[in-house]
Amino acid sequence: MNHSQSSEKFLRDKQRTGWHDASLWFVREKRDAVAKAVPEWETLRTLASEIKQQVLSDLDQYLISFEKNAQKNGVHVHWARDGKTHNEIVFNILQKHHARSLVKSKSMLTEECGLNEFLLANDIEVIDTDLGERIVQLAEEPPSHIVMPAIHKKKAEIGELFHQTIGTEKGNSDPAYLTEAARQHLREKFLRAEAALTGVNFAIAETGGVVVCTNEGNADMGVHLAPLQIHSMGIEKILPRAEHLGIFLRLLARSATGQLLTTYTSHYHRPKPGGEMHIIIVDNGRSEQLGQEKFRQSLCCIRCGACMNTCPVYRRSGGHSYGSVIPGPIGSILTPGMPIGGHPDLPFASTLCGSCNDVCPVKIDIHQQLYHWRQHSEIRQAAAPGKKRLMQFAAWLFSHPQAYRLAGKTARLFLRMLPRKAIYHRWNHWGLSRELPVAPRESFREWYDKNEGKK
Amino acid sequence: MSRAEILKSIGKHKPPRRSLPEIPVFDTPNPDLLQQFRQVSEGIEGTVIRISGRVEISKAIHEKFSDVQQIAVSRSSFFPKALELKNFNDPHQLADVDVAILTGQFGVAENGAIWLRETDLVHRAAPFICQHLVIVLHEKQLVANMHQAYQRIQIDDNGYGVFIAGPSKTADIEQSLIIGAHGARSLTVLLSEEEC
Ligand code: SF4
Repeated sequence: MNHSQSSEKFLRDKQRTGWHDASLWFVREKRDAVAKAVPEWETLRTLASEIKQQVLSDLDQYLISFEKNAQKNGVHVHWARDGKTHNEIVFNILQKHHARSLVKSKSMLTEECGLNEFLLANDIEVIDTDLGERIVQLAEEPPSHIVMPAIHKKKAEIGELFHQTIGTEKGNSDPAYLTEAARQHLREKFLRAEAALTGVNFAIAETGGVVVCTNEGNADMGVHLAPLQIHSMGIEKILPRAEHLGIFLRLLARSATGQLLTTYTSHYHRPKPGGEMHIIIVDNGRSEQLGQEKFRQSLCCIRCGACMNTCPVYRRSGGHSYGSVIPGPIGSILTPGMPIGGHPDLPFASTLCGSCNDVCPVKIDIHQQLYHWRQHSEIRQAAAPGKKRLMQFAAWLFSHPQAYRLAGKTARLFLRMLPRKAIYHRWNHWGLSRELPVAPRESFREWYDKNEGKK
Repeated sequence: MSRAEILKSIGKHKPPRRSLPEIPVFDTPNPDLLQQFRQVSEGIEGTVIRISGRVEISKAIHEKFSDVQQIAVSRSSFFPKALELKNFNDPHQLADVDVAILTGQFGVAENGAIWLRETDLVHRAAPFICQHLVIVLHEKQLVANMHQAYQRIQIDDNGYGVFIAGPSKTADIEQSLIIGAHGARSLTVLLSEEEC
């Protein structure tokens, strides 16, 4: 199913669509309020964009010094060129420690690599511990948003899901009750986990450490209790120096959820006493993307999700309609270039309104990239065949003035005379939710010839 | 194998080298950091209690937590007869701690965050696994924003360090804010006039 087909399915439930749209817009408004309260907001965005682009321009050197500094701290550093290699590295580390249970905190990277499926197939228990991630894991669904993974689910559905999977009372869908139940359920998992894995928000080249931001405290519960800790990061997570964190942390939570900072901002540099710490640096198509001049800026993304919350298409089609690990505007520019791609229709899942650019804390030119992707030869093939034929016809019509004039006349006549049914029917998607203006009797050209042209 | 391949691919694909931007000084015009810190902390569901010094810690704890069983402290002088964190061998044993009392290094007025290092925590798990967290903070130790915060610290001087801003929370169920996800259910900051 392509994006427009899946969105159509989502849109069938009008009430849910409205609710989804409003939930995300609420987050967008919170973001606006806190962003406006920072007078230097635009300066911070510019700095963040410049720092990220500088990192990309020297990425190999930064990664080498990051590795060297991490190793000095007693951390094991691994490199994975693709998702499969990443999963095997994780599995090998677990095997060496005879670990059979892993608690994970939110990581879109491991979703991208398909880590859960791989480990489960190898008899390792994997528990996602972020509440939203746990919800979608129990529901056997992928996350539908990168910051709020279960934003598409209503509380009654979560109540029923928890009733069936973790034994909460039937019919109770009070968020406080359900959160408490999840707390108890996951606390038990944290206490007996043999290994913990987290994603990484920022990796600091000069100190060799990683920074992880959460509100729930799940990353820390996992990492500090299990003897073995693993952090998986994409190559683009590098920041040169600790002082750069000041800029990015001020932008991240404000952009993501409208908070001033996440509850916990954890800096991991050395293994805990008696523990072991591993960092896996993953490429999986990123270094190739770096070579594409028009698209490399997408690697500056800090995964705040703001572009999703603001996107009129995302809000009304839901994250799952994109069919990609990362949905929304950023997903639509990242996915076509990635080896796991195969979603050439995504660059068309946008109105090109540019709202994503305006909210992006690192100023990625998302909508320009969407436009560039549409020009890409393989992507062009993916445009709906009907639309393609229409475009070819339009191109012919616009280059033949006589035919164009005739077509205009005919259309004006028919629009006035045809019954409504001829225009607003189920094959004309455009007419499903729109009204045409009343067609004027004469075209601009006819009017001009009559009034001005003859003078 | 992967390492050489990745580095080679980056070397081949990276754009021409640029330079890092200068970072200007971001000064916050508000001189009353204390007031701002208090207000922001309460806004993120934390509780702030002013105390004169160490002698008032136990009174504040008694008032706030009337019926708790286990209190664990990083310094024995914080609370009489409390358990000392250093006497726990394994962080899993902290699972029954109701209240943990720790010292914070400094607070950040713009977002209510408090910086704690591994040495302040004794066990890295302490501020997360306890049911309620209390942080003792000297009221002179406040900075305006995150830029000043990072100027003050060396992030790798300890193996672990964390900014904590408020109690653990989630909004993953229909965007309803619920306090007490996996970490501490409440955060109380004891803002002390004297250094404790
Ligand atoms: S592209 Fe920008 S707005 Fe979208 S998730 Fe990434 S950083 Fe956030």
